[in-house]
Amino acid sequence: MAQNEQDIIGEVTSSDYKYGFVSDIETETIAKGLSEEVVRIISAKKNEPEWLLDFRLKAYRKWVSMEAPDWAHLNIPPIDFQEIIYYAAPKKKAELTSLDEVDPELIETFNKLGINLEEQKILAGVAVDAVIDSVSVKTTFTDTLSKLGIIFMSFSEAVQHHPDLVKKYLGTVVPASDNYFAALNSAVFSDGSFCYIPKGVRSPVELSTYFRINAANTGQFERTLIVADEGAYVSYLEGCTAPQRDENQLHAAIVEIIAHRNGEVKYSTVQNWYPGNKDGLGGIFNFVTKRGMCEGDYSKISWTQVETGSAITWKYPSCVLKGDYSVGEFYSVAVTNNHQQADTGSKMVHLGKNTKSTIISKGISAGKSNNSYRGLVRINPKATNSRNFSQCDSLLLGDQCGAHTFPYIETSNASSIVEHEATTSKISDEQLFYCMQRGINTEKAIGLIVNGYAKEVLNQLPMEFAVEAQKLLSISLEGSVG
Amino acid sequence: MLQIKNLHVSVQGKEIINGLNLEVKAGEIHAIMGPNGTGKSTLASVIAGNTNYEVTQGEITYNGKNLLELPIEDRAREGIFLGFQYPVEIPGVSMTNFMRTALDEIRQYRGQEPLSAGAFLKYMKEKKELVELQDKLNNRSVNEGFSGGEKKKNEIFQMAMLEPQLAILDETDSGLDIDALRIVAQGVNKLKSADNATIVITHYQRLLDYIIPDFVHVMYEGRIVKTGDKSLALELEEKGYDWIKEELKA
Repeated sequence: MAQNEQDIIGEVTSSDYKYGFVSDIETETIAKGLSEEVVRIISAKKNEPEWLLDFRLKAYRKWVSMEAPDWAHLNIPPIDFQEIIYYAAPKKKAELTSLDEVDPELIETFNKLGINLEEQKILAGVAVDAVIDSVSVKTTFTDTLSKLGIIFMSFSEAVQHHPDLVKKYLGTVVPASDNYFAALNSAVFSDGSFCYIPKGVRSPVELSTYFRINAANTGQFERTLIVADEGAYVSYLEGCTAPQRDENQLHAAIVEIIAHRNGEVKYSTVQNWYPGNKDGLGGIFNFVTKRGMCEGDYSKISWTQVETGSAITWKYPSCVLKGDYSVGEFYSVAVTNNHQQADTGSKMVHLGKNTKSTIISKGISAGKSNNSYRGLVRINPKATNSRNFSQCDSLLLGDQCGAHTFPYIETSNASSIVEHEATTSKISDEQLFYCMQRGINTEKAIGLIVNGYAKEVLNQLPMEFAVEAQKLLSISLEGSVG
Repeated sequence: MLQIKNLHVSVQGKEIINGLNLEVKAGEIHAIMGPNGTGKSTLASVIAGNTNYEVTQGEITYNGKNLLELPIEDRAREGIFLGFQYPVEIPGVSMTNFMRTALDEIRQYRGQEPLSAGAFLKYMKEKKELVELQDKLNNRSVNEGFSGGEKKKNEIFQMAMLEPQLAILDETDSGLDIDALRIVAQGVNKLKSADNATIVITHYQRLLDYIIPDFVHVMYEGRIVKTGDKSLALELEEKGYDWIKEELKA
């Protein structure tokens, strides 16, 4: 680990947002604006079956009747939904059979992001689905996985090849009517990843989706659907970056996870969307609905997120613990700097008996940013002997940032136990002086202290991701202490 | 090695040190004693570069360099080490990681290659034995959950790791039981060489039974008012500080 620390340290002193480049890829877009017609066009472009078009249209009609939520501790400028392009895709020739047919500029783009799409060069043990703008461009390792019966492909492909599975699960965890942004996504989602692990299979590799926004004035609306059948296990990674632009761009995604009896899904995110510049200009609006359903007894869903990007983050990865003895976990590090705003946390809804949930949230605020934890723990009358432990820590750097905690706890039976702990701290001058007296400069000292603070969460990440996340934490806070 | 001339230091407008002079040469051990609140810890902090203190007058040169112009971390890299009176806790940062970072920084400053992971761990093990620290230290967070004695031993351990040229130990003996005191003092003695120097700030002559100082200074009201050899410490132990105050009045 110490060597990794060194790399991090090297990076901290130099870099800014390093994924801010724009790739020159031929893109096919439709006219901006949103209407029933646009929904039909998207569906037609993707050659979707009738039921899916209906799903979209219902969602659209629902969305029209809804209003954007304003309960979060966020200052969201009004979004003109008619100014957004809802479909942008890298142009491609018919069906791709090998990587040779992919636009070289596209491959280059992913190389720059450190994601190599050529299978022999890919980090052993990680299968990647690369989504650029709204379309999945390449999924790796599909053959290896399919031998085990694992389905891992872009959402559009899944609609074509496994319509029954998609139809069975789509919208069962996050219904289109769930919230404003979920309805919007359900109407216009363009692609994403689909993953199904059959009974008793443990995925031998980490599955990962890499999201990239490239085209200007577009929104990214992807959907991820993960199903772990009885006794199945998968670890899933998600990464995101976007070019540096002065306009805000909207990202409204949905992730749905279903775990059947004894099934387990571990979902890790390193979110690094462009956060806007130092004065708060530009950046991604990240309004995402992520929810997992522990459907069967003894199932388990675990969310781990490292959130460093986006101008505004509105996101509450949640678990519905329906099966008896099911387990939900949420581990989060959310960093805000400059003018970033984050309102993030989790919901744990206990329905089954003897269910257990854990929430560990570490907020880090710097600059003029605002960082809120919002969490709900609900224990229903029938969820007897259930347990929740929540720990929400906030770390402040400087005196112009804000940290807020909004815990909601609802327990409806007497046999369950809910614990909530919260702390707020600052990096003390004494800690910095101590590090510096040992020869470590300020920025490195902050990186060290912040990584130490977030360790409990970082330890939950798969190895490759943990290294990336540590670097990100240090970089995101660069120059935050004068 | 270290020359302090006519040093004046204030904190929030209040003068704590007024006109202090001190010279430390390589190979020497200096003990600074004196009643509470006379500026001993302030002196240690100012040498290390703590920005809470304002130097209003005077100069400090270290190996010919103007120390007051050097940032805190460069002073450390130039070989100044402060053993803290109250070592701070850094949760989640392992001692291994902390020391590795510090040592790499210092080595880089000196134009040396960083140690390989294996070599580093071996080096760390050697140094731990020097202060009789237990093995489990590596994975513990810096000072977190350490007992008072462990924290002080940990300071000496870090000193052993970083091999400073000038070590300032600020009341490293306070709060130590007799065994810990012996271990700490032995550590300091083992690290002593003809090329380095140590300033020991202490209230008790007891420590000086183990660490034999070349000079004993008495600090009072922000200045060094009396300097002697180790017999001065014994005299202080016996008679207290009042006779020095009397001498000053006379």
